[in-house]
Amino acid sequence: MTFDALTALLLIPVVAAAILALLPDYRVSAALNLLAALFTLVTATSLFVVQPVSGQYLLVDDLNKVFIVLTTFVGFTTSVFSASYIGHEIEVGRLTPAFVRFYHAMYQTLMFAMNLALVANNIGLMWVAVEVATLTTVLMVGIYRTHEALEAAWKYFILGSVGIALALFGTILVYMAARPVIGEGTDAMVWTVLVARAAQFDPALLNVAFVFLLLGYGTKVGLAPLHAWLPDAHAEGPTPISAVLSGLLLNVALYALLRFKMIMAACEGAIAPGPLMVVMGLISVIFAALMLYRRRDIKRMFAYSSIEHMGIIVFAFGMGGALANFAGLLHMTLHSLTKSAIFFAVGHIAQVKGTQKIADIGGLTVTNPVLGWGLVLGVVAIVGLPPLGIFMSEFLIVSSTFARQPWLTAILVLGILIALGGLFMRLNVVAFGEPKGLTKPAEASYIPMFTHLALVLMAGIYLPPALVAGFSNVAKLLG
Amino acid sequence: MHGLEFDVAHLLAGSLVLASFMLLYQDRLYALLNVYALHAFVLALSVAWQAFVQHAPHLYITASIALIFKAIVIPVALHRIIVKLGIHREIETALSVGLTMIGGIGLVALSMVVMLRVTPGADALAREDLAFALSVVLLGLLIMVTRRNAVSQVVGFMSLENGLVLAATAAKGMPLVVEISVAFSVLIAFIVIGIFLFRIRERFDSVDIGALDRFRGESGYDV
Repeated sequence: MTFDALTALLLIPVVAAAILALLPDYRVSAALNLLAALFTLVTATSLFVVQPVSGQYLLVDDLNKVFIVLTTFVGFTTSVFSASYIGHEIEVGRLTPAFVRFYHAMYQTLMFAMNLALVANNIGLMWVAVEVATLTTVLMVGIYRTHEALEAAWKYFILGSVGIALALFGTILVYMAARPVIGEGTDAMVWTVLVARAAQFDPALLNVAFVFLLLGYGTKVGLAPLHAWLPDAHAEGPTPISAVLSGLLLNVALYALLRFKMIMAACEGAIAPGPLMVVMGLISVIFAALMLYRRRDIKRMFAYSSIEHMGIIVFAFGMGGALANFAGLLHMTLHSLTKSAIFFAVGHIAQVKGTQKIADIGGLTVTNPVLGWGLVLGVVAIVGLPPLGIFMSEFLIVSSTFARQPWLTAILVLGILIALGGLFMRLNVVAFGEPKGLTKPAEASYIPMFTHLALVLMAGIYLPPALVAGFSNVAKLLG
Repeated sequence: MHGLEFDVAHLLAGSLVLASFMLLYQDRLYALLNVYALHAFVLALSVAWQAFVQHAPHLYITASIALIFKAIVIPVALHRIIVKLGIHREIETALSVGLTMIGGIGLVALSMVVMLRVTPGADALAREDLAFALSVVLLGLLIMVTRRNAVSQVVGFMSLENGLVLAATAAKGMPLVVEISVAFSVLIAFIVIGIFLFRIRERFDSVDIGALDRFRGESGYDV
């Protein structure tokens, strides 16, 4: 293999993980973690300049470039946030240096696994990468070793593994469908070959395969009713991991699903995957929106909001068509940025207040103005109010699907409104209510949070034409 | 693909489904682990036979992984863990045996109907193996949902992965990457599980998952 950006994208996190596993001092390793994430981001951006040649195992095309850059960008900003977050955790003794060493090594392993899943051209390799990503996050969710963290990690491990097992069964079935046409061996698992020849595949077998893939990877996307692991995993793990889970890992699973959807679309007689995705998306939106009202843990609340937004995105991709796909992509990008910004804020808030219970947090805009207003801005963005970016992407999704399926779109809008009510109800208390809990000043790094929010605001006001052109191009690919 | 070759492959894959049924009704952990060892042993035989029939030497590696790792190392290690935890005498009462068995039969029927209907084009051996494999996967899921004990859930999950290996070997010519990764995942999974079982024990003095539920952040009665 020649050395190019593609190799570097995978190699940097691996090398960093190996070094971080050996470094005892947490300040040095936090800095190295940040540096490695920065290099990965730079490498990912260079993919737009020089496109490496795709092979049997690795692939770079317009679709995954968007995902890779988003992943490495949020991975980088999260590593900045993580540095200050972890410092505080060590100070208060919630984590020991040994665990932090493990945490940093796992962080880079996770980045590697996600990058691999995104660039994999071989559906078997993609599966392996998603599996590795799952296992690393399981280990990180359980890192606090509290009752709740162990339960969350166990639940995530069992449900995630079952999901991943079903996805493997689906992958094997895709191979079985491809084998009579392409022949035995590696070629029948190469995605580019599969898409090119999918028209001749046996549609019935492909249908069954897609059901398994949807259930399998859908579990990882967090679609209701397969979402049970998600709120626990978000609430009990370290907050940087909540940000990465919501902002990135859910996207990676969604990306795997989209790749298989493209194979399905290329096969004439197969069922349209769209309606299945639309139904699961809508169920997730309504369910998660209703669940927002009874949450008592702030991280758990935003985890349900992630389920809601993944539902909206899956709905958009399920409806399909150039405009809905464009809106789905935009929404996915903005959701990643906004939700991780919210988790950055929430992470520091939980550290200042010493609790995640909503009942014990109040009046943040008075006690910690910067954090409080950051959270307010994040929530205003996530519920989809103008002029922030998510308003635009949600508006695009609704307007592009309303003409085709007015009733389904009405359900979607209802879900979005219910979620808005739920989030504002809590925000009102948390941000503007009576000041409650500890009121020490926060030692926070605000840069990652406000960078994300500024990007989201900018997207709502002005989308650069280059970005629009790139996204429309990808939207056309998705069919 | 006729005569003896087909019959033996059929017999072995069928035995794997049978072993899954045997897992379903074991209520003692020791017995459960022994049957799991048998399950993995049958899988090893089945994979070895496929290697022989398909002239695919790399499948012998998969077979030996199944034999050494899944049929011997994991059951022995789990034996030791449950003795250490002092739960080897525990009797588990989940759903009634009759109900679970009927559910299991329903799942096997379902997988036969689904797989045989959608694969008329494939060769007979592959399609029957695939149907059996799906049965084993679904039975593994059934074991996982009917058990409350962490160790038995893990056994259910491992039997499910055995079903996946059967499917992967039935898919003729599938590259080795998948078999290795499956074995690999079991390995990591096992390490993770081992750590977790000890940790759960440490915290709760029990590996009953029911004990975990009480610590849910939001269960309403625990604040």
